[in-house]
Amino acid sequence: LRSLGVFIRQAGTLLFICMILILLHGSRGEIPSKPIAATILPSVKPDGGVQAYPEDQKNNLPMFTMNYPRIQIPFEITLWVLLASFAKIGFHVYHKITIWVPESCLLISIGLIVGAIMHSVHEEPPAVLTSNVFFLYMLPLIVLDFVAVFMQVLWFAVVGTLWNSIGIGISLFAICQIPAFGVQDINLQENLLFSAIISAVDPVAVLNVFEDVSVNEQLYIVVFGECLFNDAVTVVLYNMFSFVAEMPVVEPVDVFIGVARFFIVGLGGMAFGILFGFVAAFTTRFTSKVREIEPLFVFMYSYLAYLVAELFAISSIMAIITCALTMKYYVEENVSQRSCTTIRHVIKMLASISETLIFFFLGVVTITTDHEWNWGYILFTLLFAFVWRGLGILVLTQIINPFRTIPFNMKDQFGLAYGGLRGAVSFALAFTLPDTIGRKQLFVTATIAVILFTVFLQGISIRPLIEFINVRRTNRNLETINVEIHGRLMEHTIAGIEDLCGQWSRFYWKDKFMKFNNRILRKILIRDSRAESSIVALYKKLELQNAMEILDTASGDISAAPSIVSLYEEKKSSSKPQKKFLAADLKNMHDILSKNMYKIRERTVAYRGKHALPNDNHTREILIRRHVSIRRSLRPGSFQSSYFSLPAGKSLESTFPAARRSYADDHETLSEVAYPSQRSRFGKPARSSSSKAMIPLRRLGTLEEVPSTDVLNEDSSSTEQGVFRTNSSYSDSHVPRPRRLNSSFDNNNGSADDLRNVHEEPSSPPPGWAAEPRDNTARNPLLRRPQWTPKRK
Amino acid sequence: MGSRASRLLREEEIEEIKKETGFSHSQITRLYSRFTSLDKGENGTLSREDFQRIPELAINPLGDRIINAFFPEGEDQVNFRGFMRTLAHFRPIEDNEKNKNPSATEPLNSRTNKLLFAFRLYDLDRDDKISRDELLQVLEKVDVEQKMSIRFLH
Repeated sequence: LRSLGVFIRQAGTLLFICMILILLHGSRGEIPSKPIAATILPSVKPDGGVQAYPEDQKNNLPMFTMNYPRIQIPFEITLWVLLASFAKIGFHVYHKITIWVPESCLLISIGLIVGAIMHSVHEEPPAVLTSNVFFLYMLPLIVLDFVAVFMQVLWFAVVGTLWNSIGIGISLFAICQIPAFGVQDINLQENLLFSAIISAVDPVAVLNVFEDVSVNEQLYIVVFGECLFNDAVTVVLYNMFSFVAEMPVVEPVDVFIGVARFFIVGLGGMAFGILFGFVAAFTTRFTSKVREIEPLFVFMYSYLAYLVAELFAISSIMAIITCALTMKYYVEENVSQRSCTTIRHVIKMLASISETLIFFFLGVVTITTDHEWNWGYILFTLLFAFVWRGLGILVLTQIINPFRTIPFNMKDQFGLAYGGLRGAVSFALAFTLPDTIGRKQLFVTATIAVILFTVFLQGISIRPLIEFINVRRTNRNLETINVEIHGRLMEHTIAGIEDLCGQWSRFYWKDKFMKFNNRILRKILIRDSRAESSIVALYKKLELQNAMEILDTASGDISAAPSIVSLYEEKKSSSKPQKKFLAADLKNMHDILSKNMYKIRERTVAYRGKHALPNDNHTREILIRRHVSIRRSLRPGSFQSSYFSLPAGKSLESTFPAARRSYADDHETLSEVAYPSQRSRFGKPARSSSSKAMIPLRRLGTLEEVPSTDVLNEDSSSTEQGVFRTNSSYSDSHVPRPRRLNSSFDNNNGSADDLRNVHEEPSSPPPGWAAEPRDNTARNPLLRRPQWTPKRK
Repeated sequence: MGSRASRLLREEEIEEIKKETGFSHSQITRLYSRFTSLDKGENGTLSREDFQRIPELAINPLGDRIINAFFPEGEDQVNFRGFMRTLAHFRPIEDNEKNKNPSATEPLNSRTNKLLFAFRLYDLDRDDKISRDELLQVLEKVDVEQKMSIRFLH
């Protein structure tokens, strides 16, 4: 492997050198004149040719015609997208490549190759990617994907970008004064403009590396968010500077106006975004009957926000980000689960595609455009970009570290600084430079050089460097229940201490906002808004989300509760932990834990990478817990609307009543966890308040229930997936099923005392986390519940 | 937080606390203002009730134990020194502080002391042993359903 890695790196370097050579050649060699509009399909794929059939002399009706120009543009676009996507598939086929070489590098390389081919046959790159196209279509797609925001991120992004661009601009201007380089004609404004372009950081590649290496999440989030926001800042700066650059004389009042405009643009963008978000939320309030078009609303509104912001020349990126954020919060409660999934999927897909395409085109365009190469300017640009970023990070972290509970240490800072790759935004901005700027080609060349340099060199080398300097990592190796239990306890402790210390006063504002939110906003924007609906809705949503995920991942033979241990074993590749407890005890412990541990407040959002959908382990806990609590609190009709998870649990038990009837005690124990969900491997959800109103024991009559199980019974032969699909027919009027019959709980308060009762009644057998599988195999072969011998603790 | 009648923290005290716990000056002052805001009785010490008044702590399953950790054996009030001493356990470990003098007492936030603190969380009867019952008790907590939903908001 190491030799392969070395090889890849060498190949990458080789490629880089080749590219440089081609660049040089291209700039000095003869450049064929290029028409403005490129309409010829690059001959990458052997296509059917452009010739139409020669007309018959007789002008008969041709049997077979081809009308290429008609479909040309969409055809080209599609082919390009396909080609880029094939490239993407290709990378992942051979996984080892992606470890060493960031994907953007590979994409650029392929683009370079394609561009070289095109150049050699004097083809034109398709005009598909003009910057306007980029801005209008691709940029919003990338942006809409990311919704985690933090204040520090803003700090790094805004101030950092300002620092970078001004620093680079000024130093470049100083360089320009040196006659040796022959670039004296570039004035300050143009330098500033150029530096604004190249200070846009795009650490896409770095994020992948970070994720693979599992650096600590603080670092990850900051890099991530910084990338997001400094795009906005850069675009604003760019617009500002380009406007200024065209003015012959700059007066102080202009500078002042510029600064004011900066704020207007940024804040205006946010305001627009929020406005559109609210409108979207309001609209989705009424879409309960037309679920199919809900995703459409989301996309259209965000796109609209983007366009309107562009109309007023305010920061469209900020608009779309804030719109997405607002929508995420409110709209997600209004739309159906499927719409959510759809939206998420589509966004991921589109973002992925556009990212791919951008890098791809970068490669292509690199080869095929005119280049104006100026060694001095470009080299100094590279140098300054590097230097200023490092300085900027240093200074900024010094300022912000006192405010952080865990300050960034030097290694983190190095990671931050080194992770400042340039990418797509710089590329696009360079191309939209107005032609009035005399040295436009130089700028373009320099931008491309910087991008390529950073992406290839830094992108490839950052991984070994990060590993070498051993940046603080997250610890994701929770392999044993023991670790998990104690880890959870420690988290609780820490959370408690944090609360004790009163943490930050920002919570004060947060509380205020939450109150305002609950009282006013939610009433307006959310359908069926209840006082506690945030929790319930969140829970419901997460639950459904998990249900969907399980749907996708469950292999159908997820067996019953006891096999949570076996599930763990499946997951573990290495040796199993020594099980000192009986499987039953272990399960007991785990379930007790899961029932009672709530979701720890997380400081950061775990980002699982752009290739995976958000996959929050904690939310699964909620699911499990919910299942557990649902089973404990069966009662008729008092469930909140549609808890789709219920059927799953129910179905499993529903098959039991019939069998169990004969064994049933007189006491029906509602609070029993007879059937911990199969999904319990995922963790522990919290309980919702709805289960509070538990109906205490009911005598088990002749089992009359099994009513609504009709729906579910038919699924007995299918996997649990089938259960989920039938949940639409699930009604609320189910009757509690007799659960675990061996123990009787005189439980009037429901939840709280359950466990205590469990352990306080020596006479009753321990709470079965698995009901005795009496004769279940016939009913539900899926539910392979081994025979427990629950052991009294 | 309003003005408090309680005495302000003197510089010497801050220095002492800094030496003992390792907190920085600003951290100590901030924690002191938190201390005084919790101290409703304004007598310079915190009682258990003061702690329990913190809403999030109340819904934390380990809330009681955490509160207990602040009060040394048998006492019911904790002054600011004790408060800081317990909190000092939670400072990050400074790895680069090699213990040059092995006989000197370890800083409060050393790994050993942290482990000791955690041990005491489990060990309710303070007999320096964790019995099976204690362990299981730790695992099963009062079911705080309602409060957990509040927790969700955060």
